[in-house]
Amino acid sequence: MSAAVTRKGFRSRALWIGGVLTAVLVGAALLSYLWTPHDFEAISIPARNQLPSGEHWFGTDHYGRDIFSMIMAGARTSLALALAAVGIAMAVGVPLGLAAAARSDGLLDEIIMRGNDLIFAFPALLVAVLITNIAGPGAFNAILAIAIFNIPVFARVTRGAALSVWTLDFIMAARVAGKGRWRISAEHVLPNLANLLIVQGTIQLSLGILAEAGLSYVGLGAQPPLPSWGRMLADARTMLTVAPHMALFPGLAITAAVLGLNLLGDGLRDWLDPKLRREGR
Amino acid sequence: MLRYALKRLISLAVSLLVASVIIFIAVEIVPGDPASYMLGLNAQPDTVAQLREELGLNVSPVERYVSWVWGMVQGDFGTSYTYRTPVAEMIWQRGQVSLPLALFALLISTAIAIPLGVIAAGRRGTGVDVGLSTATQFGIAVPNFWLGIMMVLLFSVSLQWFSAGGFPGWQAGFWLALKSLVLPAIALAVPQAAILTRIMRSSLLDTLGEDFMRTARAKGLSRNQALWRHAFRNALIPVLTIIGLQFSFLIAGGIIIEQVFYLPGLGRLVLQSINARDLIVVESVVMVLVFAVIVVNFAVDLAYAAVDPRLRRRV
Repeated sequence: MSAAVTRKGFRSRALWIGGVLTAVLVGAALLSYLWTPHDFEAISIPARNQLPSGEHWFGTDHYGRDIFSMIMAGARTSLALALAAVGIAMAVGVPLGLAAAARSDGLLDEIIMRGNDLIFAFPALLVAVLITNIAGPGAFNAILAIAIFNIPVFARVTRGAALSVWTLDFIMAARVAGKGRWRISAEHVLPNLANLLIVQGTIQLSLGILAEAGLSYVGLGAQPPLPSWGRMLADARTMLTVAPHMALFPGLAITAAVLGLNLLGDGLRDWLDPKLRREGR
Repeated sequence: MLRYALKRLISLAVSLLVASVIIFIAVEIVPGDPASYMLGLNAQPDTVAQLREELGLNVSPVERYVSWVWGMVQGDFGTSYTYRTPVAEMIWQRGQVSLPLALFALLISTAIAIPLGVIAAGRRGTGVDVGLSTATQFGIAVPNFWLGIMMVLLFSVSLQWFSAGGFPGWQAGFWLALKSLVLPAIALAVPQAAILTRIMRSSLLDTLGEDFMRTARAKGLSRNQALWRHAFRNALIPVLTIIGLQFSFLIAGGIIIEQVFYLPGLGRLVLQSINARDLIVVESVVMVLVFAVIVVNFAVDLAYAAVDPRLRRRV
């Protein structure tokens, strides 16, 4: 009894903590368009490598830029890139998954699922390497690389859930009513997957932020002048002995953003779909 | 089993073939003329012509593709344009950093995750379980390269236990070389360990709910005996699959970690080659990495099917 209570309390706490962290992330990103404590691009060599103070809450970097302001501005890059990547991946992956489920015995299903297996063999970083090779580094290439890697995730999740919806009685009723496979997929199957896709989308968003930071760290993601947490860390790595505080805050920001979205996803899953709430799994 | 293995082998071959075509198109065809791309904007026409000759660009793309693949089958990966050394040799040398790093990280992640997963499942719902669950949430959220930087700050800059980066080479002595891989391997391993701990926990919980567990308890085994003799081994099957999958993530994740610790591995080679526009190196190293991922997954599938005959029917 007490065990179940602890777990349940933990779960609803996940929704709250995740929601608050995500709200802070989105809030910081939006606010940075209107206001940051300092201009995040303003270089001031005399003020470089300062430790956190009342003037500069997170200190300044090797160009004297205000780290707190840069982190606020970096939130919008992270969020925008991850949203775009997950959006593209959903727009491609979900229809593929629906199609595979609608013709689960056919060649189409086989091709789609084999194609997915193949994409899984290309980790996002290698896709980014290939795209950068073609088009040079940049935010758009990072979006594309993360999106491509996420397509199979959405295709699989959609297919798996759609297959079980197809076995339900009301689908049979729709078929008897003479609706085609594609119309049933769009009108009856897809709406039943909405909750699942919201949850999966939230979790993939967190992975997208993590991936974007990594790509930017190695120089394959967001390029200057776009503010970026990953690039801040790359700068910090070279300044480690001189200004260790430069490495602390961008990493904390990434961790908090990813943690927040993950917890939100977990919390939403339990809240939206009690059927998925298998005790403590 | 043989039939299953054969089917999987064909699908492995097809995957490799398609992957090689994708890589070839992405690297050699899309950027336009590779020779002028590699030499940059200010190249002299006769230098470009010379490089075209050297790269064999005067023949059709299909012939080039075939000779690239045929070369790789024979162990010839071409010659690097910037380093002027055979790519196969570079891959062999850099692989001596990347592969041990990935294996080391895998070892650490497994060594952390399996005991923690068992503890969490065994004390399900208690404070220990909730605490571990919270820890894994953090483990998943922390970017491994930031963890690496923080460890450099603590163990190299402050405590000076480890060097802040670089690799002395295996010829400098096994333990010295291994020591320089400790921090990178831990950084790579922690997020993977967090994921694996969760999977170990839920897999063990699933198994504990099975009928044969009740039978085991009914015949008089204690809770712990039943856990170790029956549940643990069965729960390990899905965990092994994930370990296999993680190996491929570790190979790719190594690219960033090698950059953090200035390790001369395959990942750093790829990044340097992109900057130097050394297309042949990019192409071949990406192919080798993708090859590794596909082959590891194939091996895991086979091992899985060997253990669990039910899976052989689903191909």
